[in-house]
Amino acid sequence: MTNALEIEGLTKQYGDGFQALKGIDLHVSQGDFFALLGPNGAGKSTTLGIVSSLVNKSSGKVRVFGYDIDTHLVQAKLNLGVVPQEFNFNQFEKVFDIVTTQAGYYGIPLGRASQSAEKYLKQLGLWDKRNTPARMLSGGMKRRLMIARALVHEPKLLILDEPTAGVDIELRRSMWAFLEQINREGTTIILTTHYLEEAEALCRNIAIIDRGRIVKHTSKRDLLQQLSVETFILDTEQELDGAPALEGVSCRINNEGALEVDVEKGQGLNAVFAQLDALGIKVVSMRTKANRLEELFLRLVEENASDSAKDLEGAA
Amino acid sequence: MRIEALWVAFYTIVIREIRRFTRIWPQTLLPPAVTMTLYFIIFGNLIGSRIGQMGGFTYMQFIVPGLIMMAVITNSYSNVVSSFFSMKFQRSIEELLVSPVPNWVILAGYVTGGMARGLGIGLIVTLVSLAFTHLTIHNLPMVVITVFLTSALFSVGGFINAMLATKFDDISIVPTFVLTPLTYLGGVFYSIGLLPDFWQGVSMANPILYMVNGFRYGILGVSDVNPFVSLGMILVFIVLLSLVALRMLQRGKGIRH
Repeated sequence: MTNALEIEGLTKQYGDGFQALKGIDLHVSQGDFFALLGPNGAGKSTTLGIVSSLVNKSSGKVRVFGYDIDTHLVQAKLNLGVVPQEFNFNQFEKVFDIVTTQAGYYGIPLGRASQSAEKYLKQLGLWDKRNTPARMLSGGMKRRLMIARALVHEPKLLILDEPTAGVDIELRRSMWAFLEQINREGTTIILTTHYLEEAEALCRNIAIIDRGRIVKHTSKRDLLQQLSVETFILDTEQELDGAPALEGVSCRINNEGALEVDVEKGQGLNAVFAQLDALGIKVVSMRTKANRLEELFLRLVEENASDSAKDLEGAA
Repeated sequence: MRIEALWVAFYTIVIREIRRFTRIWPQTLLPPAVTMTLYFIIFGNLIGSRIGQMGGFTYMQFIVPGLIMMAVITNSYSNVVSSFFSMKFQRSIEELLVSPVPNWVILAGYVTGGMARGLGIGLIVTLVSLAFTHLTIHNLPMVVITVFLTSALFSVGGFINAMLATKFDDISIVPTFVLTPLTYLGGVFYSIGLLPDFWQGVSMANPILYMVNGFRYGILGVSDVNPFVSLGMILVFIVLLSLVALRMLQRGKGIRH
């Protein structure tokens, strides 16, 4: 089956000489929920900007559902919906007009555009605001407006560049539910985010980009399996004065007074509970320390920074 | 894109442009009507009555075609330059860039939007002028063709200005320091026959002179230059500037990194 997105040897050098991308290879399968992660300035937005025709590439190939953007740009664009990082609509236009105008750019007549706009504005809770100028919307509403606008032409691939930045937790969860729903219905989604728990909750496959290079490109499951140690937080019935001596695991009392236990993969928790039980410590609740993906992300980025420094030393 | 889809994309841009300038009508439609009324009262009635005839017509009749053309030129230009630059500034131009609309449809949509405002203002000014003088049309096709082509030309000019502009100052430089002087010196208020030979020669290098005189010929039947030369020049400039604008769009000048 054709991939939703294929990127080969993609490079980008800006006018000031800055090399933002140094040969990116990436593929996203149809139906995937894919996360492109990386620190600020890593090249995420440049990559997605090239895919969505907002940035000119220096070299390399990009194909959207098999359509090469150099030779079949119109077909590639018809399959693509883009939700950018920053608000990029006319603040003085009404919500409904913004969405139907975007449909018009895709050649969708006003009748059909209005039906599609109504469908997505309702699903995203903006129908009551359809006659409101965009500048009057809250930040979360503006983000949802950009999602409705990106979906109005029913693209098969939706790119979201930090869609939940600055959105409160409740709204973020409802946006997650919406994105999961359209993904289940067949839309391939590529997401960049700084909230790593978002990628962990939503995505099946992940690429990590740093300094213009892909440093990891695998499934979330494989990535998480690379964690050798997982940390659990145990809330105890009685307040502990200090960390108990537990054989085979390291533990400590965290800032909240809860017990943090580092457990190696495959070790299991039964021995820990048995020891705590023997010490008369009753555990009332337990949770995984957030965020597993964050630990991996930091480790991979640090490794890449170290490799880059070695390369520079070698070059010197 | 299929032809039907291209047509939908084109009229979507045009309708959005018309919606924009009618939404802010106190800034776009009212000021030219007020300004031109003042021109008619002060230059046409008060000063014009002391000037006497020019080119065989009353001074009021003589300046009406030039003032209509001046309004068409400045409004066609400023509509496109301010609308397109605002889209760049607000980044809503990205809505178009991610879509499959071809560059020539984008250009045609903006130019038509600029023409809608320019010609709309031209009509308003014409109606205002009827309160001050009687207008007879000498050559209707010449009037219509000249005003349409001039409006199209300055809409394309405004588009190029907007592509090149990086800040709001840049969109007022050309109208203030180029368009206004060329329009005032383009025979709106006088016949270049009144000028010494040297300045007549200099005036012939002013492209706006040809447009004003082509339009004046259509209305009054008098012109300082051959009206068909005027039409030819406008057409050549439209083609050249459109090619420049399309090239800039293709390269993403000022709109793509």
